[in-house]
Amino acid sequence: MEHFLDFSVISDNFTYFMIGRFPHGPLGGVGLTMYLAVVACILSFFGGLILGLLSISRFYFVRYPALAFINLVRGMPLLMVIFWMYFLMPALFGKVAENNTVIMALTLFTSAYMSRIVVAGIEGIPKGQTEAAVSTGLAPWQVMLYIVLPQGLRNMIPSFVNQFVSLIKDTSLAFIVGVSELTHVATQINNRTMAFPTEIFMFIALVYFIICYAFTSLSRWLEGRLSWSKVT
Amino acid sequence: MIIFQGVHKWFKDLHVLNDINLHITSGEVLVVCGPSGSGKSTLIRTINELEPISDGKLIVDGMDLSDKSTDINKLRAEIGFVFQQFNLYPHLSVIRNITLAPTKIRKMSKKDAEDEAMLLLTRVGLADKRNAYPTQLSGGQQQRVAIARALAMKPRIMLFDEPTSALDPEMIGEVLEVMKDLARSGMTMVVVTHEMGFAREVAHRVAFMADGIILEKAAPEEFFLRPQHPRAQQFLRQLLTPMQAESNGSNFSHHHTKEDVK
Repeated sequence: MEHFLDFSVISDNFTYFMIGRFPHGPLGGVGLTMYLAVVACILSFFGGLILGLLSISRFYFVRYPALAFINLVRGMPLLMVIFWMYFLMPALFGKVAENNTVIMALTLFTSAYMSRIVVAGIEGIPKGQTEAAVSTGLAPWQVMLYIVLPQGLRNMIPSFVNQFVSLIKDTSLAFIVGVSELTHVATQINNRTMAFPTEIFMFIALVYFIICYAFTSLSRWLEGRLSWSKVT
Repeated sequence: MIIFQGVHKWFKDLHVLNDINLHITSGEVLVVCGPSGSGKSTLIRTINELEPISDGKLIVDGMDLSDKSTDINKLRAEIGFVFQQFNLYPHLSVIRNITLAPTKIRKMSKKDAEDEAMLLLTRVGLADKRNAYPTQLSGGQQQRVAIARALAMKPRIMLFDEPTSALDPEMIGEVLEVMKDLARSGMTMVVVTHEMGFAREVAHRVAFMADGIILEKAAPEEFFLRPQHPRAQQFLRQLLTPMQAESNGSNFSHHHTKEDVK
């Protein structure tokens, strides 16, 4: 019997944990986790913004489909959405890389939640701001673009960050469709070595924590820089 | 310039404007006063359609507000509106607060808009605050910037909705001075205010409202010396003895105070 905890399994496979078989093969491990998270994060920021704006449109034929979509996605487990995209996208578009089906699934899922944050952020801007802006003759879209969103987005930052931290952790579900992100790599190494599950899963827990914590800290710094004292 | 013909407005069951008939001519300064909840804020807000009317006819600067084809944004660009709570944009500097609408709507160049804005800031005595942010200014300064912002669109009409009611007493004078200058320059103005000194000095007419009805329209000296309606007489008495007015104001109208303070 070996020592209680033997982390040599980590150091032996460190490169594989971090970047998979890259650069001789596809990117994997932490690298792929970050890639999935960052791309889905950027896409779902815009997705959430657009969905949010559509869902408060004056026109019911725009608003209702947007709301229906948001509620549909929010009423489903993420794993379902991942399977959905995994089987649906190739059926619709022919061959689609697995990474991209996962990015699509994460984007759809996160966009639906983000849209609610966007709506709350918009509705949190005092009515007087909109009234002042329309009184100068600005059209509704200009009021949104120049007055409401710049203020609203700043107020949304803390909720955005929560959502993105969830997104980073949710990338671990991609392992179910064989995308070799961090969790998938960990299970591979675990299956191969057999003897170190505790060490391996302690290690990846720590990695997820560090990534998420770094992201939260970064955003807190950003928030401080962007804040301005509110009008009383 | 502004013509109300049999205008009504309801908030659900509440009849806030009741058969308003009013003709405001070009260059006229009209002061609207009355107890809280009388509908005077609603009245002034109908003129640029912040509150749409329920019935009747309202013609502003030749445009019919009851006509759906009227381009409301275009009309609003010709009307300056000054709010009780200033409503400056907190994320923009003073100069950007003023130049935003002229650059986006009038398509003025940034340079021209800033030159104009500086003239306006000088006029309201705040040229040195061009790069300040609204939160760095006192209430009186913010309201003067708000007036400059409204003037930047070169409006043909200026509307003031209780512009000094949110100000500390020592700042009321500076804002009223700017408004008096504007009145003397021949601007068409509708001013909702309790500042009777202002009304006496520059108003051409005073309209007294209660319960959504204009009970009295008269020249200021006429109104202050010989108010005809008992409600007007009571209102003026209470202005002179504020303690009584306070207790009478307990049924403070919900719709505008809540929104404005939010």
